[in-house]
Amino acid sequence: MDAHVNDGGSLRFNTIGKVFPGVKALSDISFVAHPGTVHALMGENGAGKSTLLKILGGAYIPDSGNVQIGERTMAFRCAADSIDSGVAVIHQELHLVPEMTVAENLLLGHMPARYGMVNRSAMERRATELLKDLAAEIDPRTRLGSLSLGQRQLVEIAKAMSRNAHVIAFDEPTSSLSAREIDRLMTIIGKLRDDGKVVLYVSHRMEEIFRICDAVTVFKDGRFVRTFEQIDRLDQDQLVTCMVGRDIQDIYNYRPRDRQGEALRAEGLLGPGLNEAVSFNVYKGEVLGFFGLVGAGRTELLRLLSGLDRVKAGQLFLEGQPLNLKSPRDAIAAGVLLCPEDRKKEGIVPLASVAENINISARSRHAALGCLITAQWERENADRQIRALKVKTPSPDQPIMFLSGGNQQKVILGRWLSLPMKVLLLDEPTRGIDIGAKSEIYQIIHNLAANGIAVIVVSSDLMEVIGISDRILVMSEGALTGELTREQADEARLLQLALPRTRG
Amino acid sequence: MSVQQEMVAAPKPHINMRRFLDDWVMLLAAFALFILCAVFVDHFLSPLNMRGLGLAISTTGIAACTMLYCLASGHFDLSVGSVIACAGVVAAVVMRDTDSVFLGVSAALAMGLTVGLINGIVIAKLRINALITTLATMQIVRGLAYIFSDGKAVGVMHEDFFVFGSGQLFGVPVPILITILCFVFFGWLLNYTTYGRNTMAIGGNREAALLAGVNVDRTQIIIFAVHGLVGALAGVILASRMTSGQPMMGQGFELTVISACVLGGVSLSGGIGMIRHVIAGVLILAIIENAMNLKNIDTFYQYVIRGTILLLAVIIDRMKRR
Repeated sequence: MDAHVNDGGSLRFNTIGKVFPGVKALSDISFVAHPGTVHALMGENGAGKSTLLKILGGAYIPDSGNVQIGERTMAFRCAADSIDSGVAVIHQELHLVPEMTVAENLLLGHMPARYGMVNRSAMERRATELLKDLAAEIDPRTRLGSLSLGQRQLVEIAKAMSRNAHVIAFDEPTSSLSAREIDRLMTIIGKLRDDGKVVLYVSHRMEEIFRICDAVTVFKDGRFVRTFEQIDRLDQDQLVTCMVGRDIQDIYNYRPRDRQGEALRAEGLLGPGLNEAVSFNVYKGEVLGFFGLVGAGRTELLRLLSGLDRVKAGQLFLEGQPLNLKSPRDAIAAGVLLCPEDRKKEGIVPLASVAENINISARSRHAALGCLITAQWERENADRQIRALKVKTPSPDQPIMFLSGGNQQKVILGRWLSLPMKVLLLDEPTRGIDIGAKSEIYQIIHNLAANGIAVIVVSSDLMEVIGISDRILVMSEGALTGELTREQADEARLLQLALPRTRG
Repeated sequence: MSVQQEMVAAPKPHINMRRFLDDWVMLLAAFALFILCAVFVDHFLSPLNMRGLGLAISTTGIAACTMLYCLASGHFDLSVGSVIACAGVVAAVVMRDTDSVFLGVSAALAMGLTVGLINGIVIAKLRINALITTLATMQIVRGLAYIFSDGKAVGVMHEDFFVFGSGQLFGVPVPILITILCFVFFGWLLNYTTYGRNTMAIGGNREAALLAGVNVDRTQIIIFAVHGLVGALAGVILASRMTSGQPMMGQGFELTVISACVLGGVSLSGGIGMIRHVIAGVLILAIIENAMNLKNIDTFYQYVIRGTILLLAVIIDRMKRR
């Protein structure tokens, strides 16, 4: 293991290449990240950032090239090699055990033990130390599963610190964090930088990159484009153009539309996750944004609107008629369709092909006698949706789990576009998706609205929600706190409405 | 050249080869095994042996057709052995008491359907783990088989009943014909009906299937109901071959059926499975057992060999997926 000990120097990628069957994920990647800097890694999805991180973390072995830390060339054959060499990768999907306590998770793999018997008090003491370094008020004895996503992420970071990591890579760390948690994370990253670590920061969020990063490397289509060493000299548009290779003017694609009749109305709605009765309506041809912090109750509201949860009180109306939903099937039959927040858990059938995932909901309508599959329709519909939504896939039969997040999201949209739609509910539709794909999704949203569909978009991205909505409703702590039109909307007012009232 | 273009230009045979192997390797192995036995084992190809092999495949094969759906949807069914025994007993008892083959067979099938429905409803609506549910029904149904038969084999006197087990059509024994029919029908059902595709979706990601509008509960209930019905059919055929309903038979049978499916390539965690996997697994297990019998290998050793083969198959399957 001696060969793996690093000397605290720069992180260097030398001509790294990686090929998967049918896809050249990375080719000839070379760049340097220096200690005491936060180095951003940007690029569209499919550009190769995740693959590079997986190589850094030891999950993949590069087909060519190598990773160098300081003077030593590393040859990671597994995750343990990478960790032992002082590399920590904080992934989007946290690798923690929900059923175990925070302390157990923190020290997993190197619990203080004597003759195999775990020393619990020593474990809890060490855990408390680690958590204190991050100023995280978490009791090490709590079950990890009961913590919020933001808190779990802190545990993951503390875990990395416990291994004396010198290189720390963050993969889309803020997608599920509240504003306060993001601030805390930024502070921690600043501290890591001041401690002389090499911090890699993969993100799509421009504000954060400009806020915390010192340098940025851009990838495109598996190739290295360039590294900008001084980010303060950089202009945002320049960066986007570099990433996308084309000018993105106005990524939000907003164009004013005519509002038509009322599509959906909720009166006095109460259900799981809502603390006060919610009443609102949305019109055909309108894009209604729901802003709020994580935990505000927006996802829960969507669950009620889509039939996943039962309404406890109040009434829903679809085009003026009462709508009573007992299951998602009822909602789908009514034309109220939901794209869930967690694509992996609730959206895609990972082992199935892109075509299967597209056709799953609409197929019974086109099946003879309601059950015999019509191969022609299946083929044509899959091709149609793939083309219309510009899904990047080698073939319709490709298992969907090999597609990037953005393309998976498009497939789920394609699933709903195969059905008659009245109201489309989107829960964080562009989370974890690169700028290019985001822009395409915004275009799709606007096209749908222009065709008379009522679109409800739940988003925690302030700029996004202001950019695409006709009206914005704000939720906080399970209740509606305010409504703003597009003209009235500005960041300060929205944030104010979104913040919990008790702590302001 | 962008990744998009590279993806399209990349050698397509690469992906297809992998998938082709995944889909067909076990079936090819079964055929290879058949040929090996034909060459190296005496009397393997004799008409008598072939007939015996075919009959041996029939019971497992019929039950495996529907076990495929249970496994593909992410569940188990441990009650099938008991259902087979009870079906034979019910058929025999009803035929003895009513003198009607029709009533006997119908009663047996109805029993299988009922057990299946109970399994399905408990698993789907009450959300009880399939393993535990079917473990319970396995014991209950076995007990009922003993009760209905008073603990002893119940002989069948009606000649008409024997057509199921001993009859022939165009020289092919009826059980083998029924098995082939089941393979074809359930294979078709899986690929060409919404029911089949929904089954795969539920096994792949139940939450996603539910949100996508699949009637998950109803599909699951149907899966178990059909499995119970078809299990009863296998039991009727078996009883016909043995000319009696025997309450003690089929113990451990469910494990054989599941082994056959998994050996052939059906995933235990759901979402993966095709009829050719079932055919391959059933063939391989039956051929090996048949060959071992011809070679006079001790039954006890046969257990060890069967288990080892299953373990190897699962390990190879796991390695393939990496």
